[in-house]
Amino acid sequence: MTDLSVLLGPISALVLAPLIPGIINRTKAVVAGRTGQSLLQLYADLLRLFRKGAVYSRTTSWVFKAGPVAGLSCMAVSLAMLPLGGVPGAMAFTGDLIVMVYLMGLSRFFTAAAAMDTGSAFEGMGASREVQFSVLAEPALLVGLAAVALAAGPAGLFDAGPVVNGFRSLSEIYHQLTLSVWANDGAILLLAAAALFIVALTENCRIPVDDPNTHLELTMIHEVMVLDHSGPDFGMILYAAALKLWFFLALLSGLLIPVRSENLWINGISTIIGIFFLAVGVGLVESVMARLRLLRIPQLLAGALSLSALALVLVLWG
Amino acid sequence: MGILFWGSLAIILAGGMASLALGRFSPWAGRVGSIGVFVGCLMGLAPAMDVIVTGAVMSWSMEWRMPYGSLSCRIDALSAFFLIPIFLVSGVSALYGSRYLKIHETTKNLGASWFFYSILVVSMALVVVARNGVLFLVVWEIMSLASFFLVTFEHEKESVRQAGWIYLTATHLGTFFLLVLFVVLAREAGSMDFDRFEAMRFHSAAIAGPAFIFAVIGFGTKAGFIPFHVWLPEAHPAAPSHVSALMSGVMIKTGIYGLVRTLTFLSPPQIWWGWLLVGVGLTSGVIGVLFALAQHDLKRLLAYHSVENIGIIALGLGLGLIGTATHQPVLACLGFGGGLLHVLNHALFKGLLFLGAGSVLHATGTREMDRLGGLINRMPWTSATFAAGSVAICGLPPLNGFISEFLIYVGAYHAMGRPDVSIPSAGVIVGLAMIGTLAVACFTKVLGVVFLGEPRTEAAAKAHESDWAMRIPMIALALGCVAVAAAAPWIVGLMSPIVSGVAGIPAQAVKTHLRIIQGPLESVTWMALLLVFGIAILAMLRKRLLAGRPVDRAGTWDCGYAMPSARMQYTSSSYAKPLIHLFDGILQTKTSYDAPVDLFPARAGLHTHTEDVFRRRIYEPLFHAVDRFRSSLRWMQEGRVQVYILYIAVTLVVLLIGGL
Repeated sequence: MTDLSVLLGPISALVLAPLIPGIINRTKAVVAGRTGQSLLQLYADLLRLFRKGAVYSRTTSWVFKAGPVAGLSCMAVSLAMLPLGGVPGAMAFTGDLIVMVYLMGLSRFFTAAAAMDTGSAFEGMGASREVQFSVLAEPALLVGLAAVALAAGPAGLFDAGPVVNGFRSLSEIYHQLTLSVWANDGAILLLAAAALFIVALTENCRIPVDDPNTHLELTMIHEVMVLDHSGPDFGMILYAAALKLWFFLALLSGLLIPVRSENLWINGISTIIGIFFLAVGVGLVESVMARLRLLRIPQLLAGALSLSALALVLVLWG
Repeated sequence: MGILFWGSLAIILAGGMASLALGRFSPWAGRVGSIGVFVGCLMGLAPAMDVIVTGAVMSWSMEWRMPYGSLSCRIDALSAFFLIPIFLVSGVSALYGSRYLKIHETTKNLGASWFFYSILVVSMALVVVARNGVLFLVVWEIMSLASFFLVTFEHEKESVRQAGWIYLTATHLGTFFLLVLFVVLAREAGSMDFDRFEAMRFHSAAIAGPAFIFAVIGFGTKAGFIPFHVWLPEAHPAAPSHVSALMSGVMIKTGIYGLVRTLTFLSPPQIWWGWLLVGVGLTSGVIGVLFALAQHDLKRLLAYHSVENIGIIALGLGLGLIGTATHQPVLACLGFGGGLLHVLNHALFKGLLFLGAGSVLHATGTREMDRLGGLINRMPWTSATFAAGSVAICGLPPLNGFISEFLIYVGAYHAMGRPDVSIPSAGVIVGLAMIGTLAVACFTKVLGVVFLGEPRTEAAAKAHESDWAMRIPMIALALGCVAVAAAAPWIVGLMSPIVSGVAGIPAQAVKTHLRIIQGPLESVTWMALLLVFGIAILAMLRKRLLAGRPVDRAGTWDCGYAMPSARMQYTSSSYAKPLIHLFDGILQTKTSYDAPVDLFPARAGLHTHTEDVFRRRIYEPLFHAVDRFRSSLRWMQEGRVQVYILYIAVTLVVLLIGGL
């Protein structure tokens, strides 16, 4: 039972992730009174891209080709550690959340380098913005998760005695997030969740930070970095982006849905349903909000960092 | 093994002497000098490794007719741990330098340069093995002077002379504090011997507190803690690149060694020491990387990154001190372990990056990033190794920079929620995350502007790859970065005697505490393997998918514009602009903007320049004040011998009266 359920997380992510952008788009379409594209549109796009040839710029080198490949494998490896609510990740270990966050850093490094490799000012601009926002988003994520870890932790975390109970893997932290933790420290978890939601929108280039549907290169962030990629390369980028979105929504859903029953399948499936609801939530945010001005985005992210810090302060002295 | 150590120093020194004797204009001077250093360093690695692996301490002692002095040396685990990067980086940089300096063969005295290089290597090795205060200060001073002469290699340039002057002043101001430190300790101990210091364990706060402050200032000046870092961004770009690699990679670490060695004299540590080091680490780390981001000069940028990495080391040591002071041995072990491991890691990747920068400078003749571009097609080896160094310095998996940061992170997360340590731990987490992401911004900029895209100038377009004597050192250091990451669980295990000495925890206890991190480190290694495996699989998959399908090459898509030129690429300034703007309160970048006017503007320009705030706001006013004070005393300089003799007589009388 346990052995098989460990695979539930990675497999559901690999299979279902391309559905999430479909759900978001459908939500936006329904709110706007349109029919919208198929829920399975991204699957069709991916299939089409993987069957195509490719065009490479004459300026580019191996770095350009390394970008999509490194980005996708960073995301795939992160998924091996990600817990799905109460279902532990396939390869959980102490400090795995740091590895996950840094793998995303590696993927950002290669994506930005690949963008600079084209020699296009537009792509350089996108890369420059992408690396800027992560400077505030990443601390917000790490501090928010630290607050969650402390809120979830047993009393043993606070004593200076044996070390076994110290810092744990993200899977163990999530495993302890039961309903009673919500009853005691709901405010802290909500603050952390709010910070995580803002980080999720930033890292996945959604409104209000970036508009995935924009049609002007000058205003894009993530989309402009990958302008020159085509065929299978672009397919890998889109797939990696879907996995990243899944990753963040799974983090949030595991935090927000405290189903921690004996049966791991129930835990896992309830978390997946939570992910779908969160996708609808992202769609609603995109329907009611416009994109922020670029200069305002650091303020939004500083806000997320403050929320995380507040959660940490509350859990330490609350 | 002891004979190997002294033998290696003798060979290095002999190489330097022979090179000096061959002297000017002899093509053999460079060869003899570099080969001597290279062979000696290879030999020196053996005893250092031996001490670390077997744990056997080697010591020697001899009489010295110097008051308070004795010629006593010892290689213990801590010394051996610092000897490894010293010999490793010095050796490969010497090999690199033999080719790098060749263009100066007919114009400069290479013999002298290699002589000072060998003196620098020997004095660094002696600094970390000296067991007597007087001996330590003597070799410390020799090290500073040798590096000064190396920095001023191209002394015909005004900027180089200026840089050398700033370095000389800074290092002596630092040494002054060290002198005070040792005098204070020796007055209590009645001896300058380190053994005596260790036995004393100065616990009275009246001694230990000030001693710690003196050590932070004195050793921090060498290491480059902000605000004592001002000499780094001047001296590192001015020196020849293999010397920059040596200075930035290992010489500044002797400052860290000195600080850590001093900690073994002072115990138990007080908690504010840890707070102070965490504070210094956060300032140096974040401000260092921000200033790096604002630079246009490649080597200056790397110099500021040294400040940043010294900050990360200070964060680790600070957490370690807090752990010791609050009796939380796990935090102590992880903090000290991470900080010290970062010493080795930084030596490897910063050495590599400076050698890479030197290779670029050698090929193109410029350090201005905005005049470069597209080097990856012209210098594939330099570019690939530089890219590896960039990933490592950003602290990203799967390379070694991540390992040491991981230890510090886990320590901070572990300490979270425990009494007295939550605030510094949270600070360390936020700080490391910001430093890491800013470093990613900075190195994607360097990589993108210097190596990727199209060449921006003729010089960059005509660049050629350096030859093997310069390539092999870079490849060796890049492999070193991979090796440390791959062997991380084993290396951390070997570090327990070192951490034990610094943290004052029995070695066996340290071993058990470090064991809790070895499991996760093994998992990290597996993840890295999985990542490499994944990349290989995906690359193969893409090859399969593209087989038999049309694969074209075309111009870069520039949104419909058909004639993009290389000058239209994003530059280093434009890439860093948003972040510079965000942190302008700290950086205070000066901008002069020459706006385009009229319908057909003839000329327009934008210049940005980020000066070191600490230099402009603190040191320049300070030294100007000193200067004014000095000139106000000029009336005393009469220029007549009789008056000077009068001064001497008056002084003597005053001293005599005071003495009575």
